Amino acid sequence: MEKLSLRLWVRKMTRVVEKEITCIACPMGCKLEIIRDEDKYVIEGYKCKKGLEYGEQELKDPRRIITTTVTVKGGFLPLVPVKTDKPLPKGLIFDLMKVIDGMSIEAPVEMGQILLENFQETGVNIVATRDLPEKILKK
Amino acid sequence: MADVIVIGGGPAGLGAALEAKKTGAESVVILERDRELGGILNQCIHNGFGLHEFQEELTGPEYAQRFINQVKDEEIDVYLNTMVLDLTEDRKVTVLGDEGVQVIQGKSVVLAMGCRERTAGAIDLQGYRPAGVYNAGMAQRILNMEGYQVGREVVIYGSGDIGLIMARRMTLEGAKVKAVVEVMPHSSGLYRNIAQCLEDYDIPLLLRHQIQKVYGKDRIEGVTISQIDDQWRTVEGTEKIISCDTLLLSVGLIPENELSEKGNVPLDSGTKGAIVNSTMETGIPGIFSCGNVLHVHDIVDFVTKESRIAGRNAARFARNELPRGEEIPTRPGKGVTYTLPQKLMLEDPDGVTLFLRSDVIYKKARVKVKEGDRLVKEKRERLIVPSEMVQITLDPEELRELNGEIIVEIVGEKND
Ligand SMILES: Cc1cc2nc3c(=O)[nH]c(=O)nc-3n(C[C@H](O)[C@H](O)[C@H](O)COP(=O)(O)OP(=O)(O)OC[C@H]3O[C@@H](n4cnc5c(N)ncnc54)[C@H](O)[C@@H]3O)c2cc1C
Ligand code: SF4
Repeated sequence: MEKLSLRLWVRKMTRVVEKEITCIACPMGCKLEIIRDEDKYVIEGYKCKKGLEYGEQELKDPRRIITTTVTVKGGFLPLVPVKTDKPLPKGLIFDLMKVIDGMSIEAPVEMGQILLENFQETGVNIVATRDLPEKILKK
Repeated sequence: MADVIVIGGGPAGLGAALEAKKTGAESVVILERDRELGGILNQCIHNGFGLHEFQEELTGPEYAQRFINQVKDEEIDVYLNTMVLDLTEDRKVTVLGDEGVQVIQGKSVVLAMGCRERTAGAIDLQGYRPAGVYNAGMAQRILNMEGYQVGREVVIYGSGDIGLIMARRMTLEGAKVKAVVEVMPHSSGLYRNIAQCLEDYDIPLLLRHQIQKVYGKDRIEGVTISQIDDQWRTVEGTEKIISCDTLLLSVGLIPENELSEKGNVPLDSGTKGAIVNSTMETGIPGIFSCGNVLHVHDIVDFVTKESRIAGRNAARFARNELPRGEEIPTRPGKGVTYTLPQKLMLEDPDGVTLFLRSDVIYKKARVKVKEGDRLVKEKRERLIVPSEMVQITLDPEELRELNGEIIVEIVGEKND
């Protein structure tokens, strides 16, 4: 009830809560409200600058960091974990997964090593997220 | 003989070993049963680690690698493929490693064995136990480290973070995740994981639902789910069959304390970990505990923080420099399921950080540390959720002023 009357009041003020999204920029997970005020959008509910930036980016072009694994030949493990070094446009996630599925690299691999450059001209690289030596580590 | 023996080479063990070395312990040993250091982080390939520790978002393996690199740079003896079998009150550690069974005497010992997953037996499922039913963490390891496909049509039982992370992971690998089924009216996972793991991929989260039955004899073929009411009774007419070839169970973690029990370390029935004072020392002098073996953490940065306290004080103990003094108990009050440490050492020169978990979600909350009716410290939080630990710090002066039992409570708008 309280929420409804608040909404009505908000609407009267020409401001409409268009959408609620969860900020994923840190584990707090604040609820961001995208509010339309006549012809412009306002974001509320963020607790810090990163949250505002996330909300703005999410409005115009949602992107995500993608983490997965790449097959390694001759490594201590059969796979090396990887990530996109920048957030990737959401629409390209499964295209990237398809390319990565077909990839295979040679050990050794070092953390930070670029395994795939500038995916589809997005400026996003795929980098290794750990060292992967050739054979079993001996102490 | 070693100054400090660290059992477990996950983030807790790594942090404790490094800090023990820094505090002046001469010989520090890490004993790890796995083939490499890093613990559970090696399989947690997703990002979301290290915001507090490094002010940037890292993946699990990156977080681990940074600590592993530091350990390599120090004179710390690492024994891999070395399982600790026994521990005594006088800190003798029995190991089975490359050179067979050996006994090592530690001046002090740090327990950092992490936790394990509750098994299928911990929940009530009718039907056979066919192939295709996995613990979510086990599936994570198989998929991310061994490289085997786990399944194509998946149902996940339990909406803790591991379940949510695996829902996304399996979707990316081409599987169809049909539902995440949760008996509680809310997820026990982080909001951000509900958003980025489920909502992003249109995976339904069925709250207040249970799995009644598992179908399939050799391989799982499906499950029956139904809605449940406040009294945990099935809501008639809501039963539905979902076909699947894989069921992942994400029903929680418990500290792995078999070894601690062998060393007669007193445990807390709430946390399922050791009872510790603010130096992270357990009830057995010279044996310290930190990380998931002490209580289940969801943020590794806090594991690191805690492990440094344990490592530092283990080194002090080994050098006969651990301050001793009066200890007072802490107790969870209203709205709090547990507090840690369970005892505060008033002479602790470092002050103390109290960790606590809430029972439900609170908005516009205040965390209060009280001694009888006296308010010792208060902290405001806009939102407190059970899945995220709350911290509140007492500095050395505030600590020295205490003399009775400390109660920690949360007041705020309940939101369930
Ligand atoms: C699936 C999952 C997802 C997570 N996601 C996040 C996240 O997104 N962000 C975040 O900040 N945190 C996350 N966490 C939490 C964080 O990773 C853990 O809290 C942290 O790794 C715990 O560290 P630990 O060293 O206590 O335990 P572990 O990492 O489990 O290490 C314990 C080590 O001890 C060894 N050991 C155990 N018993 C013995 C024995 N008898 N002898 C020798 N060695 C032994 C084990 O082999 C293991 O290597 C996640 C945890 C899990 C399980
Ligand atoms: S708004 Fe800031 S504090 Fe809130 S979740 Fe986003 S990054 Fe975290």
